[in-house]
Amino acid sequence: MMFFGRKTTFAHGIHPPESKDDTSGERIRQFEFAPVLVVPLSQHIGKPALAIVREDQEVLRGQCIAEADGFISVSMHAPVSGTVRRLGLTPSITGRMTQGIFIEPFPGSTQEIMGGTPIDSASASPDEIIRAIQAAGIVGLGGAGFPTHAKLRIPDDKSVDTLVINGAECEPYLTADHRVMVEHAADVMAGIPYLMRATGAPRAIVAVEANKPDAADALREAIPDGAAITVEVLPVKYPQGAEKMLITALLGREIPSGGLPLDVHALCVNVATTAEIGRLLPQGAGIQERVITVGGPAVKRKGNYRIQIGTPIRFVLETVGVEDDITRVFLGGPMMGQAVSSLDIPVTKGTTGIIAFTERETGHVGNTTVYPCIRCGHCVEACPIFLNPSTLGLLAINDQHQQMADEFHLMDCFECGCCTFVCPSHIPLVQHFRVAKRAVRKAQAEARASEVKA
Amino acid sequence: MTSLQKTLEIRSSPHIGSGNSVDTIMFHVVLALVPVSAYSIYAFGLTSLLTLLTAIAACVVTEHLLCRLNGRATTVGDWSVVITGLLLGLTLPPGIPLWMVAVGGVIAVGLGKFLFGGLGYNPFNPALVGRAVLQATFPVALTSWPVMPADRFSSLPTSTLAWPFVEPTYDAISGATPLAAWKFEQQTTATADLLFGSTTGSTGETCAILILLGGVYLASRRMMSWHIPVAILLTVAMFSGILNLADPTTYASPLFMLLSGGLMLGAVFMASDMVGSPMTRKGCVIYGVMIGVLVVLIRVWGGMPEGVMYAILLGNAAAPHIDNLVQPRVYGSAKTQEGGT
Ligand code: SF4
Ligand code: SF4
Repeated sequence: MMFFGRKTTFAHGIHPPESKDDTSGERIRQFEFAPVLVVPLSQHIGKPALAIVREDQEVLRGQCIAEADGFISVSMHAPVSGTVRRLGLTPSITGRMTQGIFIEPFPGSTQEIMGGTPIDSASASPDEIIRAIQAAGIVGLGGAGFPTHAKLRIPDDKSVDTLVINGAECEPYLTADHRVMVEHAADVMAGIPYLMRATGAPRAIVAVEANKPDAADALREAIPDGAAITVEVLPVKYPQGAEKMLITALLGREIPSGGLPLDVHALCVNVATTAEIGRLLPQGAGIQERVITVGGPAVKRKGNYRIQIGTPIRFVLETVGVEDDITRVFLGGPMMGQAVSSLDIPVTKGTTGIIAFTERETGHVGNTTVYPCIRCGHCVEACPIFLNPSTLGLLAINDQHQQMADEFHLMDCFECGCCTFVCPSHIPLVQHFRVAKRAVRKAQAEARASEVKA
Repeated sequence: MTSLQKTLEIRSSPHIGSGNSVDTIMFHVVLALVPVSAYSIYAFGLTSLLTLLTAIAACVVTEHLLCRLNGRATTVGDWSVVITGLLLGLTLPPGIPLWMVAVGGVIAVGLGKFLFGGLGYNPFNPALVGRAVLQATFPVALTSWPVMPADRFSSLPTSTLAWPFVEPTYDAISGATPLAAWKFEQQTTATADLLFGSTTGSTGETCAILILLGGVYLASRRMMSWHIPVAILLTVAMFSGILNLADPTTYASPLFMLLSGGLMLGAVFMASDMVGSPMTRKGCVIYGVMIGVLVVLIRVWGGMPEGVMYAILLGNAAAPHIDNLVQPRVYGSAKTQEGGT
């Protein structure tokens, strides 16, 4: 791509099979209401929301049921009209139990969405927009779960020259963002002005991978006249959807280690998040549902569904039907998604996909023997951060966590899994690195704690 | 919905893999060596077949026994030891006493591989370690090229079955290898003979085309970094080409340099061995250039006609250091540059 004077993608990365055909052509369908929905108070990075409903209270769909606790926190809204049955613990994807609000839908309710004060993108002040986004309960729908409004408040010494709308969706199997772009391009275009106004960004780029030409076309058609919005098509490569990679691919800028896109005057917002902002803010409503890819070889009726937040995974899978040889279910894509420990985990705002595998896909086909590192260098050629996973892996086996961090940039690893994917020795590299990173963070925290005491 | 009652696996991501596996890669290397081996059996007959079989058997048995003795599960199933055996056999002259072949195999695996910790930990190519020790111990046997009997498929040169530690007797010693002929007698060999292997030489070093074919097969399956052989061969061609241009009477033509001796086999199958070569692409190129330069230096100015073995061993020794030199800058770790890096 250098021939054209500018890189259109990032260095390294991998090309896993896309496995998107089963769901990418299907229209989004509305999902049924589960008999009981559980809205966890913590679905985002930051402080859990504070519940403002009581047991047996009746709530309306879209009504605020928990308020943000501080700036790095967002509100929660009732996903259905129904009765609050109890406030209690629910399993979560982290493996820990968290507080949740259990709601039983009214039978036969029309389930109309309750709106509030509309916010106009042209006349509202940046501050009003940021507050409205927080009140709408919006977090990064790409899976990270960071409160979106918190990203939008730009410190005085920083500025944004480009707003990047992330429609890369580089994870195999996932097509939810793809369908949102095709079917709700207008919402995306309605959401962008709020973000531009809140951040002062003079232009926006929607980045789409080349395997979604219909999405790029729909978006281009939906661009309002005179808007400083462009759609860029990038070559398909994993992990292009990672903020760092995407910004490098689009703008040729490198985000400093430990830094944010803001450090290079860019801001990255997921495309589904943008569409949600464009859909909700004009009616003053909050998030009650999201589009999720339910797929993978073990799922019978694969597709993209608009599913209420709080719907238990078990209900989703029972409704779509699963094959008998189902072995693994994970939330998100197969590269970074987390396997569920319990099917009672509810769908949250960060759930991009519910993917179920059978024995055929789990494990590398046939052979899962772990061999010693043969220094083939595949991992080195795959790591988009230019780490040396081979060396890190050898150190990890000997628990040299501190050395991994000090000399080999362990903390820059963002756990994309490319190294593990390519390793012919089947060494669980990224799995080692997660453990090592946790150990280093813990050691750092302990060091700080003892300093305070001293 | 009974299928949802059963316990699901909880593993951390990634949930998919490339399907690549060490044993598959190694098996394909063996496959890629089959044509070369077959040709060497065709060219040199029974003695070559026995040499290859002995080398493989010695290597496999040594690895198996050493694993057992150390209470580890045997690792012969990963095919890498078969490659070591095959490569060792292919670098030996036809008619070499079989007991020497066996000793070479034991040394290759015991000293070259197991002592360092087995697959992945051996800094040097085990087959070359075996070959180097043999060359130092039995210099005469390693440089004697017996004339093949006319009925090469039914009879053996007497040296093949020589008793251990008895000086082998040779029925007849053929002319020197093309490289030795050039170095010591200033004779060159026709290119076609080199390409198709109708010359004297180690069992597997003679047919350049089949070696290249094997290499192309592996590179096309992305089981070998093609950068290494290409860098070596280009370097040798360019370096010897410059010398040849300067003085065609003293220095052989680049084509001759490329096709003679163990260069092809070494470049395609030994220098490219993943374990002993650098991990980064840039490192591989530097490593290849270094080996290429060394090959020409040793061949032209060294005391020996052939330098591939030593060049690769030196390259192996340098590989980790080359990796350190070209370790890419970690993303975002240095000053950020606008407009790309
Ligand atoms: S998981 Fe970490 S080390 Fe492995 S490729 Fe991704 S960033 Fe690199
Ligand atoms: S991919 Fe695996 S075997 Fe190859 S160098 Fe990396 S860690 Fe070693």
